[in-house]
This record gives sequence, structure tokens and C-alpha cells, in this order.
Amino acid sequence: MIAAVIRRRAGRWALKGAATFGLLYILTPLIFVTWLAFFRQEIPSFPPEGYSLRWFAAILDQRKFVDGFSLSFQVGVLATVIGLALGVPAALCVTRFRFKMRTPVASLLLMPLIVPGVVLGTSMYVFQVTMENALDVDVIGTFYALVAGHVVIVIPWVVRLVTASLAGVDRTTEEAAQNLGANAFVTFRRITLPAIRPGIVAGALFGFVTSFGNLEMSLFLVGPGRTTLPIVILQYLEWKIDPTIAAVSVVQIVLIGAAMLITDRYVKLARIV
Amino acid sequence: MAKLEIQNLVKRYGDFHAVRNVSLSVADGEFLVLLGPSGCGKTTTLRMVAGFIEPSAGRITLGDTDVTVLPPWKRNAGMVFQSYALFPHLTVAQNVAFGLEMRKLPRADIERRVEETLALVRLKGYGARLPRQLSGGQQQRVALARALAIRPDVLLLDEPLSNLDAKLRQEVRVEIRELQRQMGLTTVMVTHDQEEALTMADRLVVMNEGEVRQVGSQRDLYERPTDRFVAGFVGRSTFLEGTVETPGRFRTDGGLSLACAAGTAAVMGGKASLALRPERVEIAAAAQPGLDNSLPGTVEFVSYLGALIDIHVRLSPADRLVVQIANRDGGFAPEVGQHVFVGWPASAGQVFRV
Repeated sequence: MIAAVIRRRAGRWALKGAATFGLLYILTPLIFVTWLAFFRQEIPSFPPEGYSLRWFAAILDQRKFVDGFSLSFQVGVLATVIGLALGVPAALCVTRFRFKMRTPVASLLLMPLIVPGVVLGTSMYVFQVTMENALDVDVIGTFYALVAGHVVIVIPWVVRLVTASLAGVDRTTEEAAQNLGANAFVTFRRITLPAIRPGIVAGALFGFVTSFGNLEMSLFLVGPGRTTLPIVILQYLEWKIDPTIAAVSVVQIVLIGAAMLITDRYVKLARIV
Repeated sequence: MAKLEIQNLVKRYGDFHAVRNVSLSVADGEFLVLLGPSGCGKTTTLRMVAGFIEPSAGRITLGDTDVTVLPPWKRNAGMVFQSYALFPHLTVAQNVAFGLEMRKLPRADIERRVEETLALVRLKGYGARLPRQLSGGQQQRVALARALAIRPDVLLLDEPLSNLDAKLRQEVRVEIRELQRQMGLTTVMVTHDQEEALTMADRLVVMNEGEVRQVGSQRDLYERPTDRFVAGFVGRSTFLEGTVETPGRFRTDGGLSLACAAGTAAVMGGKASLALRPERVEIAAAAQPGLDNSLPGTVEFVSYLGALIDIHVRLSPADRLVVQIANRDGGFAPEVGQHVFVGWPASAGQVFRV
């Protein structure tokens, strides 16, 4: 009796311990980078000589950070919009229709999630060079070519999360709508779309974050004077290490964290992802 | 309201015939029930009427319109689904208003009709709630209100009561039936529950393996089943297997010679079943000379059902009969192992070809 209770308690503590360790493992680098961003001295070393906000102010003095942020934001938004326009219908097809190549197509749509970024970037680069030669127009290094590349990494997130939420849609509600006089399009807009909205919102959020943070693929696709934020950070680090980078990271963490918290208010992310 | 006409309806899936050549006519204001075991094609038939399944052949006419190939949204049929299929993100009032919005009614008319319909199903004041805030019975009534609000030409009910508990089911049965009568709704209901079918229908259609086996009133189906399947499915029958030797004479596989109704020449010679309703068989301690058939037997099993008692009597190594008697004070109550006599008039038995 008592032995069983002790064993059960021990198990619960072991589980809690493991969870705490996992969480700390993930959070420690973030905590350190955040701490570092507020150090006063230029060379990061412990203990801090004092605290200041000067590195946050320094971001705004460097045009390349501002430009990189702005480019990454624009690319992310546009890639997400296009990714939704392609990914939502794709998810519908894969879940709703029975066709011969359904399973391979479904796997293919998720492929960019597991293909290494360098491989993706190389293929994209080779493809765009070929396009440029064939069409005789500028492709490589243009804004739209960069967006096109990012669409590829947004689509799998949209497909994955919309598919997950489609699985929870009661098909008979769609039949009921049609029975009451709604045609296929109205049924989708009034019944299906509200039901999968959580999946769409989550897909858009994850797609955007993935695009915004993408480094490997973007390295192959950016042109002169057109650099995304992760690449700006990388280039900066090649020359010097000072807490500016930490400050940039903190800004990103705060923005993405806020986006998640706001989204979570409307859509319970834990339920879909 | 309108008349519904189904002619030679067929649905094939590859080699499988889900519905074979079904023809039915539902009169204006009639309550027709499709009854059958699962997989008999009753739901497929209903879904073809609603337009969710395209028939392989045949014709469906609603009122004066041939709706066979019309999409669901162009037929004026109101359906209540087994799972209710309420729109989870819309309030009760919005659910009921949905079909009216699709019909582009003015806002004021919609609001008035939603109020009326909710009152009709006794859900006045529930308009602002979400479906998940309602009980199963209330959800079922919203589904009904939603289908009624559009003033459908025909009301289609797909096992509408199967998700309710037994007590509620009995109440809702009566409610639906009363509403249907008041409004003069042409109605087709699908169910596998024969008690539900018998209490609600004006007329019943028994289906099996995609075919209509018999159409008729409750009394027709019970008293004059046209085949062995109907005799076994509607109410209860015990079947004695054997052959018809001569008109009016049935010999069981166990060797018993029994008097049966004449006019069974069609089944002469071949394998046949003699069907007996358990409550039409008499049981007594001594022979019953007044009856056409009176046979000795041994009680093998007794199940006590309260108001009724089922007694299983062994007549021969191959023949066993169920007798149902009323549980009367001081009545004959045989026990397992007891020797008894069972008897019935020839007219109580029905012979079917196997």
C-alpha cells in the first residue's frame, strides 16, 4: 500500500524533474541572450560592468538592421499570404478527395519541413538560374524570387495545421448547410472556413515565423543590397561581437512571443499544433 | 408541402447494389418510415432524396419538379441528421435562420420566423445560446426547427432519435408526430428501430439488401408479412423449418405433421418455413383438442419479462417454439423440464418459401 503510494509519488516527481530540465534546456540560451542585451560593456563578459539600453538604441542607428527587418517582414507577410492561398486548397484536396496519388502528394507537401535548408536553397538557386536563362529576365536576387522561395517553406506549415483542423470538421454540418440551400462555395465560406480558422491562423503564424527566421535558403536567394535580417545578423557577427546582436535577438523574441500570445487568445495553439 | 415520388431508384457502387429498383410514393402530408437492418439501403435512399448521393438510375420527383439530378441546395427538402449536424460556431437562432438567409428573406421576416419556429419546438428564449450549451434533446429540437423553418416540401429524418436516451426518445417521438400532423408535413423517416417505426408511421416500408420487401400499415406488416424476412423483422416470429406436403399440411424437419393454412400451393414441395407469432400459441398442461394443432413438448427455457413470460418449448430434436404468455395472477406458469402441450389454429401460422 504505502510502497505503491511512494512509487507513484516518485514517478510524478521524476516526470516533473524531466519536464523542468527540458524547459530549462530550451530557455537557458534565450535567458542569457536577453541578459546580455542589457550589459553596458562592449565586449560580452561576466560579470556585467553595469546595465544600459544603449544596444537597443544602436540597432536603430544601423540602417542594415532596420532594412533587414523590413525586408524579412515584407517577405514573410507576402510568402504567408501566397502560402495560405496555395496551402489551404491543397489541404482540402488531400483530406477531402480520393485520388490515386493522394498519399505521395500529401507527403510531398510536407517535404520542405525535413529537407535541409542548404539543399532547398541550392535547388532553388539552380532552378532560378535555369529560369533566368530560359526566360531572359532577372530572377536571381529579386524580391519576388526570394518570396517564391519562402512560399515553399510556408506551405508545409499551412498544409499540416489546416489538415489537422479539417480532421475535426463534422462533414454532416456541410451537408446540413447544403440541405438548407447553401451552394458549395457558400458552404465553404459559412461553415467549413470558420471551423478550420484556428488551423489557418496557426498555419499562418508558424509559416511567417519560419520565413522570418530562415537563414540557409535565403543565403542563396538574396541579391546585393537586399538582405534579410538573419543574414544581416550573420554578416555583423563576422566582423564584431557586441551586445547589439543580443538586442536584435531580444526584439525578435519579444515580437514573435507577442504574436503567439495574441494568437493564442483567439485560437488555442496547444490544441492544434 | 408536396408529394414525393420515387421511381425505380438504383444505386450501385461498383458491383455492390446499395439500392435495387426502389419505387415509393409518399402522399402529401403522409409520414412514411423506411425500416430495415443496417446496410439495407434505407439511408442511401434517403440521401438520394436529399441530393447527397447521385442515383445510378431512376427518378425522384418532388411536387411537380424532377429533382433527380438537382444539387441538394436546389431542392426544398429539410433534413434532420442523426448527429444533428448543428453549426457549432453559430447560435441557436443563427442555426435556424441559416436556411432563411439562403432564401434571401428580409431580415424582419427571418427574425419573426426564427421566433415562431423556436416556439414551436419549445425552445423560446434559447436563441442566443450556442449548440454546445444545450442538452442532447434540445440540440435535436434545434435541428428539427432548422429543418422546419425553411417550410420544406418534404421533411427527411435520418435516425433522428437514436442519440437520445430511451425515456426522452418516447417523448420526442410523440412531439415530432404531433408537429408533423399539425403542419401537414410530407415526411420520410429512416430507422432501424421497429418500435419507433410502428409508433410514428402512417405507412411503413420494410427494406432489406437494397430492396423494398413490403409496404403497408403496421397491421399489414404484422398480420400479413409477405416474406420470411418481414415476418422475422417486424415483431417476432418462431420459424419451424420443413416442407409443405399437401395443401394445408406442413411437415417439419423434425418429423412433425402440422395443419397450416391452405392456399400455400406455391411453396409445395420445396423448403419452407412455418412462422408463428409467440403470443398466438397457446400453452397448457393437457392436450387442447379444440385447436388444429396440439403437440406435446418440454419446457427448455423460461424468460421472465415482467408483464410477459417467454417460454421456449422443445417439440422434437429439430423443432423448438417460443410461446409468450401474459403474466396473470394464478395463470399457468410452467417451469423448465415440465411436460406441456402447445397448440394453435392453422390460421395462426404462415408459410414462406425459404
